[in-house]
Amino acid sequence: MQSTRRSFLKGVGAGVLCLTLGQMGFDLGEAKAYVRKLKIEGAKEVISICPFCAVQCQIIGHVKDGKLVSTEGDPDYPINEGSLCAKGAALFTMYTSDHRLKKPMYRAPHSDHWEEKSWEWTLDQIAHRVKETRDRDIILKNDKGQTVNRFETMFWMGTSHASNEECAVIHQALRGLGVVHMDHQARV
Amino acid sequence: MTNHWIDIKNSDAVLIIGSNAAEHHPVAFKWIQRAKDNGAVLMHVDPKFSRTSARCDFHVPLRSGTDIAFLGGMVNYIIQNNLYFKEYVVNYTNATFVVGKDYAFQDGLFSGYNPTTRKYDKSKWAFEKNKDGGPVIDTTLKNERCVFNLMRKHYSRYTLKNVSDVTGVSEENLRKVYDAFCATGRPDKAGTILYALGWTQHTVGVQNIRTSTLIQLLLGNIGVAGGGINALRGEPNVQGSTDHALLYNNLPGYIALPLSSWQTLAEFQKANTPVTTLKTSANWWSNRPKYMVSLLKGWFGDAATKENDFCYELLPKGEPGEDYSYMYAMDRTYNGKMRGGFVWGVNPMSSFPNTNKMRTALDNLDWLVCCELHNSETTDNWRRPGVDPKACKTEVFLLPSAHRIEKEGTISNSGRWLQWFDQAVKPAGEGRCFADIVVPLFNRIRELYKTEGGTLPDPILKMHWTEKFDAAEWTRRINGQFWQDTEVNGKLYKRGQQVPAFGVLKDDGSTSSLNWLYAGSWTEEDGNKSKRRNTTQTPMQAKIGLYPNWSWCWPVNRRILYNRASVDVNGKPFNPEKPVIAWQDGKWVGDVPDGPWPPLAMEGGKLPFIMCKDGCAQFYGPGREDGPFPEHYEPAETPLANHPFSKQLVSPVYKFHTTPHDKIALPADPKYPIVLTTYSLTEHWCGGGETRNVPNLLEAEPQLYVEMSHELAEEKGIKNGDGVILESPRGRVEAIAMVTIRIRPFTVMGKTLHLVGMPFFAGWTTPKCGDTTNRLTVTAYDPNTTIPETKVCCVNLRKADKLTEIG
Repeated sequence: MQSTRRSFLKGVGAGVLCLTLGQMGFDLGEAKAYVRKLKIEGAKEVISICPFCAVQCQIIGHVKDGKLVSTEGDPDYPINEGSLCAKGAALFTMYTSDHRLKKPMYRAPHSDHWEEKSWEWTLDQIAHRVKETRDRDIILKNDKGQTVNRFETMFWMGTSHASNEECAVIHQALRGLGVVHMDHQARV
Repeated sequence: MTNHWIDIKNSDAVLIIGSNAAEHHPVAFKWIQRAKDNGAVLMHVDPKFSRTSARCDFHVPLRSGTDIAFLGGMVNYIIQNNLYFKEYVVNYTNATFVVGKDYAFQDGLFSGYNPTTRKYDKSKWAFEKNKDGGPVIDTTLKNERCVFNLMRKHYSRYTLKNVSDVTGVSEENLRKVYDAFCATGRPDKAGTILYALGWTQHTVGVQNIRTSTLIQLLLGNIGVAGGGINALRGEPNVQGSTDHALLYNNLPGYIALPLSSWQTLAEFQKANTPVTTLKTSANWWSNRPKYMVSLLKGWFGDAATKENDFCYELLPKGEPGEDYSYMYAMDRTYNGKMRGGFVWGVNPMSSFPNTNKMRTALDNLDWLVCCELHNSETTDNWRRPGVDPKACKTEVFLLPSAHRIEKEGTISNSGRWLQWFDQAVKPAGEGRCFADIVVPLFNRIRELYKTEGGTLPDPILKMHWTEKFDAAEWTRRINGQFWQDTEVNGKLYKRGQQVPAFGVLKDDGSTSSLNWLYAGSWTEEDGNKSKRRNTTQTPMQAKIGLYPNWSWCWPVNRRILYNRASVDVNGKPFNPEKPVIAWQDGKWVGDVPDGPWPPLAMEGGKLPFIMCKDGCAQFYGPGREDGPFPEHYEPAETPLANHPFSKQLVSPVYKFHTTPHDKIALPADPKYPIVLTTYSLTEHWCGGGETRNVPNLLEAEPQLYVEMSHELAEEKGIKNGDGVILESPRGRVEAIAMVTIRIRPFTVMGKTLHLVGMPFFAGWTTPKCGDTTNRLTVTAYDPNTTIPETKVCCVNLRKADKLTEIG
């Protein structure tokens, strides 16, 4: 097995605990009990990446019983070497934020409030809006009679938050529809 | 980045300009500090003193929008004092190319300018041609019309005095930066230039970066360890989302959007395939037809055949010269020409310039689909302050999106490293990742076209698509696959197997790849390389921290771009202490070289700049909209009435719009005498739509503020902590005064000039923190990229009697 910096640090950490405290005659019972109570005890380590700048610091998510219990910088990643900035360090709070949107919401024309909707209803409505708009407005030929197949009256904006795979999916779908007004944060 | 984060440690001189790296890339800043530990000089050139300045050897305050003057002065300094790396300049750049007779430059304008269309006829800037159509080259640099001599003449006006007068930087400070950075013109020294949005968000943004190219080529700093021009990308996957082209003008892999003038695939390929006459030029884009056909094959699968032009006809075609970017989409929305829109993972009603225009425009949509983690100024635009929701007709669908830690896939960092991330937990509530929404939505649209019919169903129905999104499947599709059994170097690949590299992609429909640059990232032989976590390196690689076995990097795992320029014509590294590649015993060692060919001086050797048609890096760039050489122009909104470089005050070709909301102050308008520049914070990401909803981050930076000098504050009777009202021709913003020595008055053209700085994270959906600074910023854009000039506009300010936006 490859010895990573992290496994090395873990070993050293345990070693220091045993040598110093044990040799100095402390009762290790309490310390051991504390170690057992660490919230990441028994948690599964999952490698993720900070969702902000393009340094892309790697983050270890600790998951227990299907719940995220802690996040920390990945000491093995050669670039961040375990460290995180204020935003990266706040990843866990972002995940737990009670301000998060949890359901599809709908605001009807001229309404003054949001309504909760199902995914089924929402996707169906959007599909119809896209198709109706496209069928009405797509330009098949320009003034010169050249084929252009261009759907100009709908735009797409976003996003550098998307993964490469999501970008590929989005780009392919949009060009299939004939969309030309597409753009994202690379241009602001 | 031409290089990568860790490589910055190899630098002998680090010039940070147009970036506040310590605050915006805090973790990567350690590599800049390691360069300092190794003896490098660190310099920060920026309007404001920040934590970046504090970590540097010196900070040089520069008036926002004068980077070309500052850097043009350095070009002049290098040439006048013979500080350039001649062997590099003569062998690897177009300094030796002779320019055609039609090129001229007079009083701020290049030849071919049409004031009615505000465009140049770029054919006037063409190179002189040989009988075979190739460039005329003078390696003695004696021809007065060779690029080097035209460049020398062009920048001779950029004297220390002129530059100092315009930038507000003292001559002493200019010399300090020029001397320290130009010391890297020696073969065994390297200097890096680190920039960010401080360069791109200008009406001359592209030319800001071009000027750094001139410097780095003169000093021989491209392709070497510790060198390069490094865009410190600020968005999470902006490298990958640019590679995969969520941009109107490109298809994935830097292939142009088809235009109406290219009706057939053959016409497209002809217009997009450069031809060289030089045997020593690799002219890599001559392979573009293979990448285009492999992309079409990836999109349309078995429906794409040679007989039907691989479904090329089905793609949308833009009109030549038409702009379909953000700013134009919003202008068309303002003018009632858009019906619907998708705004996902971005908050334009806070982060776009001239936000009052944008907010008004959005009301004109019939329907809007947002996909976010939180409600934002964009999702809730219909109930913004001062507006009656009943008056807004827009139907809004707001979809809950998943956080990074709730999904899996790959992203590409600023150094082009492709990195896999695993899903740690399921999305909160009913949240979904973007693709888990787009795939079922597109399937519903497909179903509607199947059952109901409709206009032009073919591009939708013929797509090689999927029933359900699986990230790994799309990582494999991006890499590319064989569509028929194919033998490569004696090895048989079956239909459906992964292509091993972009070298095997073909234009006959036998291969697919959704992005040729990523071919080789997931192969039959090695699997998914974005998951590699192996830190082993050869001693040569370890010397410069290359980490070639950690993840994978495009193209072909090459960690430093243009690395053939780090060696002489015989393949010997210019800097033997920090070699990137070296020709040893008949093969290359170190990094993956820019192509397999032997060194330039050997039979079959190639020039290092393989993406340029003629293999040479370009001092003279005749493809840009605003001139083949960068030239100083004032920002669209400027406190000056004139400048010493020419009579052309502002860029003659910058783009703008003309609605009643698109006002631009006249030059030196006494109503708006103060320059405003804007920036991000460590604690808030961009417009703050996400981070304002994280209590610990909001607590750290709770309110919108304006940084101003003690001198300006005294002039205006403002004390630290007072409420301030700022106004530009486009809007009014409230902020709290931060009176500080971090910003000081400039002396420009003999007069005192004030500059203030503001973050732009605030938005009205977060109570009491203020609302966006961008209500002040200007809708004037770079003519090449249409990036708005959010880094400079002109404002006035006064002490507020009462604040309504900030509590």
